[in-house]
Amino acid sequence: MTEAKVNNAPMVEFIVDGKKCSAPRESSLLDFLLANGYDIPYLCHNPAVKPYGACRLCLVEVKNGRKTKLTTSCNYPILEGIEVFTNTEKVRRNRKMVMELLLARAPESKELRQMAKDRFGIDADKLPFEKNNGNKCILCGLCVRVCRELVGIEALSFAGRGEHKEAISPFHDVASTCIGCGACAVACPTNCIGLDQVITKRSLARWNRELPMKTCKRCGYAYAPMFQLEHFQNISSVPADFFDLCPDCRK
Amino acid sequence: MERIKSIKQLQDLEATLAAARKSDRPVVTVCGGIGCTANGCQKLVAEFKKLISEKNLGDKVELLVTGCLGFCEMGPVVVVYPQKTFYKKVQVADAADILDSAISGKAVERLLYTDAEGKKIEKEDDIPFYKNQKRELTGILGVIDPESIESYLAAGGYQALAKVLSGMKPEDVINDIIKSGLRGRGGGGFPTGKKWESCRKAADKLGASKRYVICNADEGDPGAFMDEAVLQGNPHTVIEGMLIGAFAIGSDEGIVYVRNEYPLAIKSLSAALAQAREAGLLGKNILGTDFSFDIRINRGGGAFVCGESSALIASIEGFVGEPRAKHIHMAESGLNDKPTVLNNVETWANVPLIIKNGVAAFTAIGTGDVTENPWNGSKGTKIFSLAGKVNNTGLVEVPMGATLRDIIFGVGGGIKNGKKFKAVQTGGPSGGCIPEKYLDMPVDFDELSKVGSMMGSGGMVVLDEDSCMVDFAKYFVEFLCEESCGKCTTCREGLARLKEILTRITEGKGRADDLELIEAVCETLSQGSLCALGGSAANPVLSTLRHFREEYEAHIFQKKCPGKVCKKLIKFSINDNCTGCTVCAKNCPQNCISGARKEKHVIDSAKCIKCGVCKEVCKFGAVTVE
Amino acid sequence: MASYDTAKIDAILAKNEYAEANLLAILQDIQAAEGYLPRPALEHVAKSLGISIARIYSMATFYKAFSLKPRGKHICTVCMGTACHVRGAGRILDKIEENLKIKAGETTKDLLFTVERVNCVGACAMGPVVIMDGETIGNATANKINKVINDIKADSKKS
Repeated sequence: MTEAKVNNAPMVEFIVDGKKCSAPRESSLLDFLLANGYDIPYLCHNPAVKPYGACRLCLVEVKNGRKTKLTTSCNYPILEGIEVFTNTEKVRRNRKMVMELLLARAPESKELRQMAKDRFGIDADKLPFEKNNGNKCILCGLCVRVCRELVGIEALSFAGRGEHKEAISPFHDVASTCIGCGACAVACPTNCIGLDQVITKRSLARWNRELPMKTCKRCGYAYAPMFQLEHFQNISSVPADFFDLCPDCRK
Repeated sequence: MERIKSIKQLQDLEATLAAARKSDRPVVTVCGGIGCTANGCQKLVAEFKKLISEKNLGDKVELLVTGCLGFCEMGPVVVVYPQKTFYKKVQVADAADILDSAISGKAVERLLYTDAEGKKIEKEDDIPFYKNQKRELTGILGVIDPESIESYLAAGGYQALAKVLSGMKPEDVINDIIKSGLRGRGGGGFPTGKKWESCRKAADKLGASKRYVICNADEGDPGAFMDEAVLQGNPHTVIEGMLIGAFAIGSDEGIVYVRNEYPLAIKSLSAALAQAREAGLLGKNILGTDFSFDIRINRGGGAFVCGESSALIASIEGFVGEPRAKHIHMAESGLNDKPTVLNNVETWANVPLIIKNGVAAFTAIGTGDVTENPWNGSKGTKIFSLAGKVNNTGLVEVPMGATLRDIIFGVGGGIKNGKKFKAVQTGGPSGGCIPEKYLDMPVDFDELSKVGSMMGSGGMVVLDEDSCMVDFAKYFVEFLCEESCGKCTTCREGLARLKEILTRITEGKGRADDLELIEAVCETLSQGSLCALGGSAANPVLSTLRHFREEYEAHIFQKKCPGKVCKKLIKFSINDNCTGCTVCAKNCPQNCISGARKEKHVIDSAKCIKCGVCKEVCKFGAVTVE
Repeated sequence: MASYDTAKIDAILAKNEYAEANLLAILQDIQAAEGYLPRPALEHVAKSLGISIARIYSMATFYKAFSLKPRGKHICTVCMGTACHVRGAGRILDKIEENLKIKAGETTKDLLFTVERVNCVGACAMGPVVIMDGETIGNATANKINKVINDIKADSKKS
């Protein structure tokens, strides 16, 4: 739901682990839980983009009416009278299985291995499954969603479906509309974009993209990718020579 | 045809058209359903046409190509009216004899159906396959021409719409559908009238003027073809159902989302929509009232997941079919965020029936008592597509509550080649396998879920003793691995891991704790996934594990496949029945069978790929599989 | 790439009212007209509708109806639905793959055949079913289908 709608939404009362709480109707349950100090693991959530519900780590149990069911909290809209259980045996058991499934998929990710060890006590080398070696991506889709929803470019997307799904540039080729802003790399929880910069050239290995950097006319610092500045130029009304100087020299 | 301008004119039309179409000529009906098409009925139709024109028989006999007549096993099927003589497996060369006999009134003996005792049966209604059905929806498929709106009108078509428009209020229509106890035929079994009611209420509350009705014809269950048959054979009944639904919720736009793999149905529906528009039954101010409604077709892109409602809607909106979380109901926010009602083909087809014949006629069929609550029973009939190792494969319609035995043995004529029944798979990849001990269970929405399966859309695949339940579970898991949209970890990775575990079990490398691991993965897959595909994806595995656990254990601990299917666990050899006829050696693709003529042959196990061709071609039962 | 004639694509776009919501239908029409989805055609659609090529690429790879590679002159589709599966469709597919020396989803080098698997064509009662260039063949056997394939091969050599 849109932000405006949440802002205007009436407050509703509900229960979390036996405690009475209140929040705007239909706002994200996970955001509420995190803001109120509940320790919920998650990987695909980022408050800057819409909830997606892909990683399934933020599972909780919710009782709505007669039914109690397991659900992800990120995309669960808070409703009047619901009762939330964040730490039952069932929740812990299923979150652990989700983590094992994620690890089997992306065993190369240091970040994921660390999280598995610290939060679930899972040794990534002793999984009950075969490992999908050489992979770091967990298909959380943050790169795709950030590029589409925040940057407004949609230079990349998911391709394929089912077990063949991947987050990739069109035709596995150069992501030709990527402006090199690096937002995908910042959002990525498993560090698999491969953002690198060597003096005047920035590269994003996953998208086969190499971009020349703009050099500041005054100090000579390569401060941002040219395409990114062109994009900003196009969507804003700054003067044509605005980006000749780096932000420091502009002051 | 000419535009129908008023309700009165439509009501009069049934009698006029029926009278005009009534003739003394015998009618030769050729099944044009998908099964008979696969058996070459188009050539047969061409031959009939050729003979009729060559011999100038146009005023003596009428030719009618219909939708699916149901008895696919016997296809191509021809039925001659008025006697209703049923002819099976009709070849092009038989056409002349059938025409002669249609005119003379004497049946062609050699083409008649022969029952299990070897007795010839002449009339369609006397054949057990038909006699044991209740063909409320499918019966009409045999008498109407799918390409002619007049044909549907003459059979009483659009009279339910006339009834609705001549004084019923939307609330009355919704009430009738609730009272009838009609539940969604697409799988979930949600009461249709309740769905309409909540949509109408939500839309009125929101003040939404735009509302949609959608027909889900993306029949993705492999092994199911009921919706294809209804949509192709009687497209107008689906249109009429949608018209009534649109009137009830106050919608002016409908969409039929059809599987791209169903070209016959798309063709038939497109033609029907054009005819209905021309007749003034779709479009602005239908029959001179202020009710306006039109329907367009959306072709699916080939994705099983698009049968899931939120994925289907994403697909219609021009996106990939990724399901979204459904905490807010479609009745409130569906297509383009507008209130939407979505029902499948068979559900829509039931609507005109209920309105026209009345609630009482509908509730007289089926189980439970729905006077107070539509959840308390399953009413009406259900169409199944009966396939697999059963004698009479085809399209089968029975009252809700018929037992599996009624369907598989009564209508289906039992198991092929005298083999033993092992299980029946219902509900497609979301359903499960039901073993012999439940054969006398009445089939309705609630009973099937009690034993770990579900109604699904109505696919029914029969398995005999030569099937391996582990291999069968693996088949569905592999199917779902490809058809999952891949969004959730639990569904995508959970299925991939199940495939990994089941594969090693079928290869004799199963581990002692694999069954517990399967159960643990299945819990997270079924309860932790976002949509119904993931939520039900564990059913084929859990149901086989529940009813056939010993088969899993045989694979894991004895390294044996009781169904003798899993290649890594079986061995082919030749026994003393061998006469040395050399047929097996000639057909072996690996050339690994040797032996002199008239002497016992030997299979070289090292080279054998266990394809089973030798066993298939041997006339002496000399190939043993262990 | 510049040589790609976009007139055909423009006609398809016009027929679909240049509407973003009709993207699936647009891609289906291109697939029908070209036998596959040529990359320049997709790039032209992206530009004309003002949507990203990434979104179109995700659609083109999600739905089974689409192919990004040119397909063969003859399309052989093997139904792998449940009913066909239990009646031995897998073995028929193996034999076809063996004959044509390609796997399902691939096209022969001479662009004569493409072999595909489909999850159900609705002719379950007639399983196993193979569709050869739009013609449904019921109760298929490996020999029956390979004969059809070999006949086509022989014909193409003649001409």
